Amino acid sequence: MIENNKLYQDLTKTYTRPVEKIVKFFITSAAFAAILISISIVFTLLTEAINFFQDPAVTFKEYFTATRWTPTFKNPEYGVMVLISSTLYIATIACLISFPLGLFSAIYLSEFASKRTRKVIKPVLEILAGVPTVVFGYFALNWITPNIVQRFLPGSGVFNALSAGIAVGIMIIPTIASISDDALKAVPNSLRFGSLALGSTRRITAIKIMLPAALSGIIASFILGFSRAIGETMIVTIAGGQYPELNLDPRRAMYTITSSIVNVSLGDTPHGTTPYNALFALGITLFIMTFVLNLASDYVARKYRKEYE
Amino acid sequence: MNRSKSKFWSLLLIMVLIVAACGGSDEESPEASVEVENAEESTTNTTQAEVETGLSGEILIDGSSTVFPITQAVAEEFTIVNPDVNISVGVSGTGGGFKKFCPGETMISNASRAIKDKEVALCEENNTKYLEVQVGIDALSVVVPSSNDWATCLTVEELTSIWVAGSSVSNWNQVRSTFPDVEIDLYGPGTDSGTFDFFNEEITGEEGSRSDYTASEDDNVLVNGVSGSPGGLGYFGLAYYEENKDVLNAVQVDDGNGCQPPEAAFQGNYYLARPLYIYIAESVKEKVEVKAFVDFYFLALDEIVPAVGYVPMLSDQKQAALDAWKAFSQG
Repeated sequence: MIENNKLYQDLTKTYTRPVEKIVKFFITSAAFAAILISISIVFTLLTEAINFFQDPAVTFKEYFTATRWTPTFKNPEYGVMVLISSTLYIATIACLISFPLGLFSAIYLSEFASKRTRKVIKPVLEILAGVPTVVFGYFALNWITPNIVQRFLPGSGVFNALSAGIAVGIMIIPTIASISDDALKAVPNSLRFGSLALGSTRRITAIKIMLPAALSGIIASFILGFSRAIGETMIVTIAGGQYPELNLDPRRAMYTITSSIVNVSLGDTPHGTTPYNALFALGITLFIMTFVLNLASDYVARKYRKEYE
Repeated sequence: MNRSKSKFWSLLLIMVLIVAACGGSDEESPEASVEVENAEESTTNTTQAEVETGLSGEILIDGSSTVFPITQAVAEEFTIVNPDVNISVGVSGTGGGFKKFCPGETMISNASRAIKDKEVALCEENNTKYLEVQVGIDALSVVVPSSNDWATCLTVEELTSIWVAGSSVSNWNQVRSTFPDVEIDLYGPGTDSGTFDFFNEEITGEEGSRSDYTASEDDNVLVNGVSGSPGGLGYFGLAYYEENKDVLNAVQVDDGNGCQPPEAAFQGNYYLARPLYIYIAESVKEKVEVKAFVDFYFLALDEIVPAVGYVPMLSDQKQAALDAWKAFSQG
């Protein structure tokens, strides 16, 4: 560690001009601002969510067992499982699309593509990442739904889980492709060349050598992609529908956590009411889901990391 | 010489008629014809209130998505003559609109039902005084996709059986045994909507509405949903049906006196007809541009209300509304 280096300590000690201090103060506070913002978000979510569960109309048990999410109706029901299952369902469809496509394009880019092809394909993939999600949403509603979903699955609704899932999947392909590509690129060339020198084909090198070596990064990209799919809002709101009852049919509308937050807050829910507090309960639920996934991604990346030196 | 002169005049007359006819039949821009009419009014009929021009300022409006097309069309017209007035018209739903109107965040609130006691209390709490003005009549339309050839007329009881809280109707053949075996797909406004309140007052009553349907405050989402689902059924204001006649069918409603289409509201015979209102805050009295806007609103009403697809008020209803506004704005 550089901090323990005697010379480094001496050098930094001599530089105590005020400008140094001011610059240090600004960059330190920038780093801490992110932490402070995260803490205050969690704090706000928690305090309002606690209000929600203190409401006599709501119980923990109902929150997890009821099969409807209808907070603004006459006999409100707060069944978060409806929303969680829809969210996971759409995210799973998205992953079925984006994992293979993202991973294969990463393998192609890092192992097979010539420098020139790579120069073309990589930026195009990154453009895909830059498409606003609202565009994907209308693409799903006005193109994927009539041309793919309703053509191959007659009886599908206008708003359906499948179409939203496909669009979310397309949206996260670049995330997976570029992180996996980085992971594959990070494997030292000595392994690649060693394998080829021993007579393996490029296919065998890619699948038997490179893939296992980059596994930690690839799995981390999958988890990150999944967590993005869970948090995706615009696409599922536009194309996924708002059907508030438990449903596992991909041809029908679903109601994800994010789109229910959008929908309830659209109607200007008055401050302090149960539907208002429910928004925060949903927020903290979503936060816990993505937080756990990000931790898992971090853990996987650490555990399966192979050090090549 | 004389003959050719009269020929010239008759030709001119024909051309004027053609232009007028084209303007009249052009449904896409009801605003254009209004403009012509207003221009006529201000030049030929000086006893009518003239439209003030050269105003500036901001007018904040929110509320019902049903009244929105009327107010939006009026606002567009008004900004043609007063380009420096910024008018924003939101669609939070009638209830959502009052939640902003009473604390004074908006100046005018669109409403597809009369203000509720709860909302009156909220306005009193915030010391907001207001005037209720009826601007037109809506025939709340029950709609199915145009591919639906069975549900041409539903009785009030059938509608109740579909929409009431706890209803287990999930297939068209449960509504009436002669209907085909098609899954029913329900779309309707959210609970902040005046349309929701009115429909449930008339149809589901005390029991309230079922909640397992796709609810949205955005009527265009509902149009999309119903028109794209073979078993779709939904309800919203007449204007949104009129605008999407090519993909939707309006279901006739039978209240025991025979089936009536929404258009019967013009004769006062439609079961789901209801008044549409705007609420004007007292604080606008000091704002010239808002006063001018409301004056203009009354002027444009006769043209715009039918043009966007609603039923105009009777002339004495309109006169009463206008008198109330005059007393309010000058008092």
